[in-house]
Amino acid sequence: MYNAGKIIPGLVIFLGLVTFPFWSNIGRAAFEAPELVFPETEEECVESGDWMRANHMILLDDWRDLAVRDNLRLYSSETGKRFDMSLTKTCLSSQCHANKDTFCDRCHDALAIAPHCWDCHVVPSIGEE
Amino acid sequence: MAINRRTFLKAAGLTTLAGVAGHAAMELLAPGALEASGAPKVGEYPEALTAKRWAMLIDTEKFTTAQVYQKCIDACHVLHNVPHIPGDQEIKWLWTDSFKHVFPDQQHALVPERIKNQPFMALCNHCDNPPCVRVCPTKATFKRDDGIVMMDMHRCIGCRYCMAGCPYGARSFNFWDPRPFIENIDPYYPTRMKGVVEKCTFCEDRLAKGQLPACVEASEGALIFGDLANEDSEVRRVLRERYSLRRKPSLGTDPHVFYLI
Ligand code: SF4
Ligand code: SF4
Repeated sequence: MYNAGKIIPGLVIFLGLVTFPFWSNIGRAAFEAPELVFPETEEECVESGDWMRANHMILLDDWRDLAVRDNLRLYSSETGKRFDMSLTKTCLSSQCHANKDTFCDRCHDALAIAPHCWDCHVVPSIGEE
Repeated sequence: MAINRRTFLKAAGLTTLAGVAGHAAMELLAPGALEASGAPKVGEYPEALTAKRWAMLIDTEKFTTAQVYQKCIDACHVLHNVPHIPGDQEIKWLWTDSFKHVFPDQQHALVPERIKNQPFMALCNHCDNPPCVRVCPTKATFKRDDGIVMMDMHRCIGCRYCMAGCPYGARSFNFWDPRPFIENIDPYYPTRMKGVVEKCTFCEDRLAKGQLPACVEASEGALIFGDLANEDSEVRRVLRERYSLRRKPSLGTDPHVFYLI
């Protein structure tokens, strides 16, 4: 092979870089879902827990656009229950996730995500955050 | 096998037919199942106040001193977490100014003393032809079908074109995080973040739940709010009976805030 002396070390370095995420994680603890504190009094979320886990950001995004841009603010869930389409008044209300730090933040922190929602939306239980 | 145009069109026609028939068959066998599997329904509150064209009248005979206005300003600013920033970087949704600033093109030497010296309330005019909407590159500010000129803070990039476009100074820019400047934050209304523009929204979120704007409620009848498109509405009746002015009418923005003189 022409230039084997350059190509083969080059390939080795390339493979090393490409697989870096895999071998650099060897020996580290696997990701563990953080323990969340769920609402005490409210049994039913806007949609099922599994669905919310996967889609809450899409739901909030839809709510935001529907409320602000289309002036639609009443949401009927799969089970027919009605909700005010509002992060603060519904999701963060005292019966639901008033405990932002032990619910929202735990997951977001574990995944190193910092949503900008709280820059404007106030957490009612804290009053100011 | 190469597919030619004729076979393609035939196949496309057949699949469309199958699709239509399939939908019909589903409706027959399991009525509603298709809709139920689709997006859950969203709607308006049944008690929502609606209009073809919202407008506000300001009865200047009832508002003679700045103190009378203050009640309305406080109602608005407390409800919407409008920060109190002293100096020329203030944020304002509702404010007062002198006759010569509010109506610069309607002055002459013989304007009656009462008018010349009294403060006038000012706010976004929810113009029918709003320059602020025309110049916003992100459509963060837009006009609704009922005439309300809205701000979508989520989309505002803070370029301030709208402020340059608005000839009434109705928009304020957040140079700082407003939270330290708000005395008591109402958790049920968002604050703004640094770098966005804000202004009066005719309390569209209150209208959606069947309530009048906060300033109108606080004004004890000095502000009148209603549907200008409806001939039997109070706003139309009062405009028929009293003389009224609008701000800078020659600019062609068609303001929908009327000053009863
Ligand atoms: S008053 Fe200014 S901000 Fe309000 S709609 Fe008219 S141009 Fe836009
Ligand atoms: S500052 Fe915001 S609302 Fe105003 S024109 Fe720019 S993007 Fe639009």
